Amino acid sequence: MDINRNFTGEQILLRDTIRKFAEEVIKPKARELDEKEEFSVEITKQMAEIGLLACFLPDKYNGCGLDYVSYIMVVEELARVDGSHAATIAAHNSLGAGPLYYYGNEEQKKKYLPKFADGYLWGFGLTEPEAGSDAGNTQTTAVQDGDYWVLNGAKIFITNASTDITLGSTVLACTGTKPGGKKELSCFIVENGTPGFTTKAMKNKLMWRASNTSELYFEDCRVHKDNMLGKRGDGFHQMLGTLDNGRLSIAAMGLGNAQGAFETALNYAKTRKQFGKPISTYQATAFKLADIDMGLEMARNYLYEVCRMLDRNENITKEGAIAKLYCSELAHMASNHCVQIHGGYGLMKEYDAERFYRDQKLLEIGEGTSEIQRLVISRMIGCFDV
Amino acid sequence: MNILVCISRVPDTATRILVGPDGKTIDTQGIKYVISPYDEYGIEEGLRLKEKNGGTVTAVTVGSEGSTDILRTALAMCVDKAVLIKADTHKDSYFVAKNLAEYAKEINPDIIFMGRQSVDYDSLQMPSMVSEFLGIPSVSVVSKLTIADGKATAERDVEGGKEIVEASLPCIISCQKGLNEPRYPKLPDIMKAKSKPIETREAIQTDEKVTVLGMSIPLKQRAGRILGDGDGDIDELVRLLHEEAKII
Ligand SMILES: Cc1cc2nc3c(=O)[nH]c(=O)nc-3n(C[C@H](O)[C@H](O)[C@H](O)COP(=O)(O)OP(=O)(O)OC[C@H]3O[C@@H](n4cnc5c(N)ncnc54)[C@H](O)[C@@H]3O)c2cc1C
Ligand SMILES: Cc1cc2nc3c(=O)[nH]c(=O)nc-3n(C[C@H](O)[C@H](O)[C@H](O)COP(=O)(O)OP(=O)(O)OC[C@H]3O[C@@H](n4cnc5c(N)ncnc54)[C@H](O)[C@@H]3O)c2cc1C
Repeated sequence: MDINRNFTGEQILLRDTIRKFAEEVIKPKARELDEKEEFSVEITKQMAEIGLLACFLPDKYNGCGLDYVSYIMVVEELARVDGSHAATIAAHNSLGAGPLYYYGNEEQKKKYLPKFADGYLWGFGLTEPEAGSDAGNTQTTAVQDGDYWVLNGAKIFITNASTDITLGSTVLACTGTKPGGKKELSCFIVENGTPGFTTKAMKNKLMWRASNTSELYFEDCRVHKDNMLGKRGDGFHQMLGTLDNGRLSIAAMGLGNAQGAFETALNYAKTRKQFGKPISTYQATAFKLADIDMGLEMARNYLYEVCRMLDRNENITKEGAIAKLYCSELAHMASNHCVQIHGGYGLMKEYDAERFYRDQKLLEIGEGTSEIQRLVISRMIGCFDV
Repeated sequence: MNILVCISRVPDTATRILVGPDGKTIDTQGIKYVISPYDEYGIEEGLRLKEKNGGTVTAVTVGSEGSTDILRTALAMCVDKAVLIKADTHKDSYFVAKNLAEYAKEINPDIIFMGRQSVDYDSLQMPSMVSEFLGIPSVSVVSKLTIADGKATAERDVEGGKEIVEASLPCIISCQKGLNEPRYPKLPDIMKAKSKPIETREAIQTDEKVTVLGMSIPLKQRAGRILGDGDGDIDELVRLLHEEAKII
């Protein structure tokens, strides 16, 4: 099917624009930035210039007002060329801007959101060393002291949280105990540079090496009570709501990665000759490519349909999990075949195949592992209601 | 300044072109169209001039209804006005030039930008034809441009070097790579482009001066072969040229 099936004229122009931008601005530098494990402020600023740091925010916060279909398309097109830059954009929009926009009060929104268009990033601090899949097991605490909350604890794996252009992060902390003994969790807006708050970039990643991933430390960090996001005790619900939508951007990265790997593999297979013939004419290769193509068609149709559901404000807890799971496993399969089709060259850094292969792996882990997605789906279809 | 940019809709350079069943036109099925790349330099230069001196930038194209998509792209890049001169059937350069010139007469631009060539039919006739119809100077293949005191000073790419020329305004500038870096449309502008109006008018008909008789796809280029580098390999080369290529 046409890649732009059921899209409007603007959405097609949007895809063409992002594709051109990704190929002209990101692609020439992607391999080197990955190799040096370097986050590029310059490219992030260029992405901001065309609006990528404020995709779905409305005009009044200097945003682009994209619907979800269009936003997801942006992420897909970036991931088709490079996972790291897609990650910067997806995490910033879905996890950074998202919670502030959906749960912040007007004052908080006015203070932070308009700055994103000028090229500033925001992080989402949920995961902790002891609270990964079990995100509710948050150890970071916030204790009230007059007009302030005093934060102590640490976060790990937080995307975009420690670049030179990061303004701050939304941080989940335990603010008490609920009747019944469960933790009461609340979100705080914490600006970089707040005394007692330090960030440290994490190095030696396998994938997304040009994307910033950080540890956050809170040592008696005092945050004004006006910096609480929404109501006390709403934190966990806010974080889960954010992840429901965020999963679609991970799915988009899976689709984009698979598309990029597919094009790279097909191109190579048609030009590489062994035993006197292009390897694409050997059934073993051709069937791999046919399988990826089939997956791409299915994934694209499903993912954008879920985006349309979200644009209509329908609940997508199950569908988002399916999209994320399917697209990330498709990327796994596609990038694996891509390397296989490249043979020995596929293992060398001079080819993009190995980057697709590495970048894909995060998609089966971040924002809920594949196991957790299967858990969400099983729960939604009633497996545990017996 | 009143700035006119002529833009041509061409198949994306990555498209595989096939000849249609009539043997005289290309098969348009499944073709993806874009603004001719040289015309993007024209749009960018027009926008920069406007940003510096004020005024309006109008993008015009002669083509079918389908050409509204390139006008939308131009609107997303923030030209002020987009005009479609509607023509459907097979047309020659003279026809397009006549229509562009008639439109230019109406709006009286201070400067007209075109691409150095339209990368579809590559006739390279438009700038000279339009300049002839309007009686104004035309400077071709411009890679650097300065406008001051009612004059255009332009650097032109010539074989092995540069030529610097001056022309009085109004004039036609045909744009070459290097003139500028065309901007990417911004996301909000892409979304707004839909609601901006496109003026559509019917083309003036002209007699066909040049008729296309046929089209063909170039024969597939065969990759070169290296037989070796010693004297002993020459006999084999001669044999192949004689027996396989049959050219000696
Ligand atoms: C590059 C990168 C960027 C990230 N960005 C962010 C970010 O911006 N913000 C943020 O908050 N977090 C971020 N994360 C964290 C990410 O969301 C977590 O790594 C992820 O949720 C998994 O948690 P964990 O690493 O602690 O693994 P664990 O939870 O320890 O999981 C280990 C294994 O156990 C399995 N497992 C766990 N529980 C169950 C169960 N109940 N049933 C079956 N299997 C189970 C998992 O599926 C997995 O295979 C990022 C991670 C990375 C690597
Ligand atoms: C409706 C239509 C149908 C056509 N069908 C055929 C066909 O079947 N076979 C065929 O051989 N040719 C066809 N043509 C192409 C036509 O013959 C000219 O070749 C074409 O318009 C460009 O002229 P050129 O090649 O001389 O342009 P060039 O001189 O190479 O182009 C220089 C610049 O002129 C401007 N320009 C060129 N074309 C247009 C345009 N249409 N509108 C606005 N600005 C323009 C652009 O700025 C361009 O960069 C058709 C054109 C039209 C409009």
